[in-house]
Parts: sequence; C-alpha cells; structure tokens
Amino acid sequence: MADKLHFDLVSPEQRLFEGEVDMVVVPGEEGEFGVLPGHAPLMSAIRMGAIAVHDGGQVTRTFIRGGFAEVTPDGLSVLAEEAIDLATFDASGLDAEIQNAREDISAAKEDHEREHAEAALARLEALRDAARAA
Amino acid sequence: MASLKELRNRIASVKSTQKITKAMQMVAAAKLRRAQDAAEAARPYAERMAAVMANLSTSLKDAPGASPLLVGTGKDDVRMLVVMTADRGLCGGFNTNIARKARERIVKLQGEGKTVKIVAVGKKSFDALKRLYADKIVQRFELGGGKDVGAPKAAQIGQWIREQFAEGAFDTLEVISSEFVSVISQKPRAQTLIPAMDAIPEDVERPDLGGAVYEYEPDEESILDVLLPRYVDTVILSSLLENAAGEMGARMAAMDNATRNAGELIDKLNLVYNRTRQAKITTELTEIISGAEAL
Repeated sequence: MADKLHFDLVSPEQRLFEGEVDMVVVPGEEGEFGVLPGHAPLMSAIRMGAIAVHDGGQVTRTFIRGGFAEVTPDGLSVLAEEAIDLATFDASGLDAEIQNAREDISAAKEDHEREHAEAALARLEALRDAARAA
Repeated sequence: MASLKELRNRIASVKSTQKITKAMQMVAAAKLRRAQDAAEAARPYAERMAAVMANLSTSLKDAPGASPLLVGTGKDDVRMLVVMTADRGLCGGFNTNIARKARERIVKLQGEGKTVKIVAVGKKSFDALKRLYADKIVQRFELGGGKDVGAPKAAQIGQWIREQFAEGAFDTLEVISSEFVSVISQKPRAQTLIPAMDAIPEDVERPDLGGAVYEYEPDEESILDVLLPRYVDTVILSSLLENAAGEMGARMAAMDNATRNAGELIDKLNLVYNRTRQAKITTELTEIISGAEAL
C-alpha cells in the first residue's frame, strides 16, 4: 500500500497503535512535522504535546511525552515514554492539579525538589494545552 | 509405631499443606500469564530502541566527545553489578541460581583485579549476598513483593545508576538477572549495559533505507543524549519484566512439585494408617478369642 503510511506508537509498557494511516503530525523538538507515505528517513526527538493521526478524514489525538520518532521506508515509529489518549481523557481535574503543582514549586526547599515539581507542572500544562486543542 | 491419632493428625496437616501449595500454584499460573503478557507488550519498544541505538552508535562511536555512557570511561577498574532477583521466595531455585551466578561473576572479576560494587534489586538478592559481600552492596531496591515491577521502578533504578555513573562511581555495569527461556526453564545471565556500545546485540535488525541516509532533528548527538538514558531504563525494565515472568514460572513448577510430593506422602501415610488400624483390630480380636478360650 503505497498511499498509506505504516504507523507504530509504542511506549515502554505496551504497543498503543499499529496500522495504516493517511498522515501523522508529530510534535518534533524543532517544531511539528507531518509525515506522509514515502517520507525521507528521519530521526527526531519529540517534545511534549499531541500527536495527531489523520485517517480517512478523521483525526485521533494522543498526548505523548518524551521519546523520539523514526521514519524509515517501512513507515513511522514513535517511541514515547508516556502516552494518553485524548479522546477518552478527562481534563476536568487538570486545573486543580496544575494549581497543586504550582504550590509544590513554591513550597520546594531543595533544588532537586523544585526541578521535579517544575517538570511535573510543565507536563500538566502541556497536557492541558493538548486537551484544549482537541 | 505411631498411634492412630498421631497418624490422623499427620495426614490432616499434610493435606492442608497440599491445599496451600495447590493454591499457590494456581495463583502463580494466573500471574505468570499476566507477567508474560507484560513482557510481551514491552518487547516492541525495546526492539525499536535497540535498532535505533545500533544505527546511531555505529555512526557516532568514533566521534570525539562521544558520551561515556556509550563508549565507556576508557577504563574498566570498577564494575557495578546489578543483581536482580524476586522479592519473594518459594519459587524453587530461581533466586538461588541468580545469586550463584552473581557470586561466580564476583569471584571472577575480583580474580581479574577489579573492584566490584553491587546493587541489590529484589529482597532476595540482598538476603543472598549480604553474608559474603555486605561491604560491596552500595544500594538496594525492593519490588514491593512484585507489585512495583514496571516502568516507574525501572526509571528510578535507571536514574540512580546514571547519577552514580556521572559521579564516576563505576566504569562499567552489568545486569545479572534471569532469562525467560520457557515456562519451566529460566537461565541466569549476565549482560553488559554500560558501555552501551558493547551491550547492543550483533543481530539487531537494521531498517533498510534503500541507500538513503537519516536526517536528524536536532542532530545526532542530542538525539543520542536523549536516547542513552532511556536505553538504560529500557534494558532495566525488560530485565525486571522477564524476571517477574521467570519467577512466576519457577514458582508454578516448584508448587506443582510440592503438591505432587504431598499427594505421595498422603498416600503413604494412609497406607500406614490403615495397616496400623488393621493390626490393632487383629490384636483386639486375638485377645478376645484367647480370653474366651481360657474360660
């Protein structure tokens, strides 16, 4: 199937998606890029954000964090440390969690505690942005 | 000869032991399935990771300033051994075999004049090594009785390893854990993890690019920087998962044996019990008859 892209989404604990799709938009380290069938070989780091899978006019969005994307002639593989399906994700508790994370940052006494809390906040905010855009 | 009451008690106790081992065997069988599924599910990620690592490392290992995680520190004086066992016992020779492998490695490495440090992952690993090598155990991790086996634990162990490596606490690292050959067979193995260059299996499948070359975004070095720590976590995770599956397999086999042994013991005891009962009846009869004859 030359007109379809083989797409693989795997996390350390499971394979989340495998199949043929029309196009995938990946949140690359240096900006989003779309992968269509026949894309040149590419390897890119990924930033936190939503990966959008376009197939048959429908778009499925999944929040991914940490990892990288690899394009080969066989297709696209995305290895993500964490992945959350945005279609079934409930964003209602997020604002409270973000508030908590902010408090954690101001309450943190040591550097590594603060770094940890800041990373948690960045993750939550990215997740919120992705959930809103969906 | 034991009295009838004693025999009855004995039989009852062996029977209840048999019930316990039978139950444990069934629980292990159920958990084995889950553990195998988890190990199976983690495989695609590990395979992709190994393939990408293989690609990157061949093109980067000769580059100046390559990450020491990849190429090593240039020496091999201090070796860290991550000895991974289960948290629980009662699984046949599973933990013992891993501990024995670890001791063999330690003796061998010390014979080569290297300094050995040990990270004990799993309660039994610490228990087995503390008597001989208590001074070498620098850190221990527990697995919550098997509940904590998963990505967060692997990340925690991986993080600690990287911090130690960055501080120069060791030069090379190997993981001693169990290879899941089949449900009834687990083999202890030692695999190098740092330097990562030596850890990548030779037979990794490389994608056929048809003559094209990869484009890297942002660039090879930064991707490798992101990748290497993850690679460490991934190897730790797959070892943990494989160990968990092996543990359950070993426990299932051990408990199956125990159940069968208990069954044999019950049969034997029943025989003794019935013989004793018969003998007692015969004695009583003889006594009555000879008593009647004497009149």
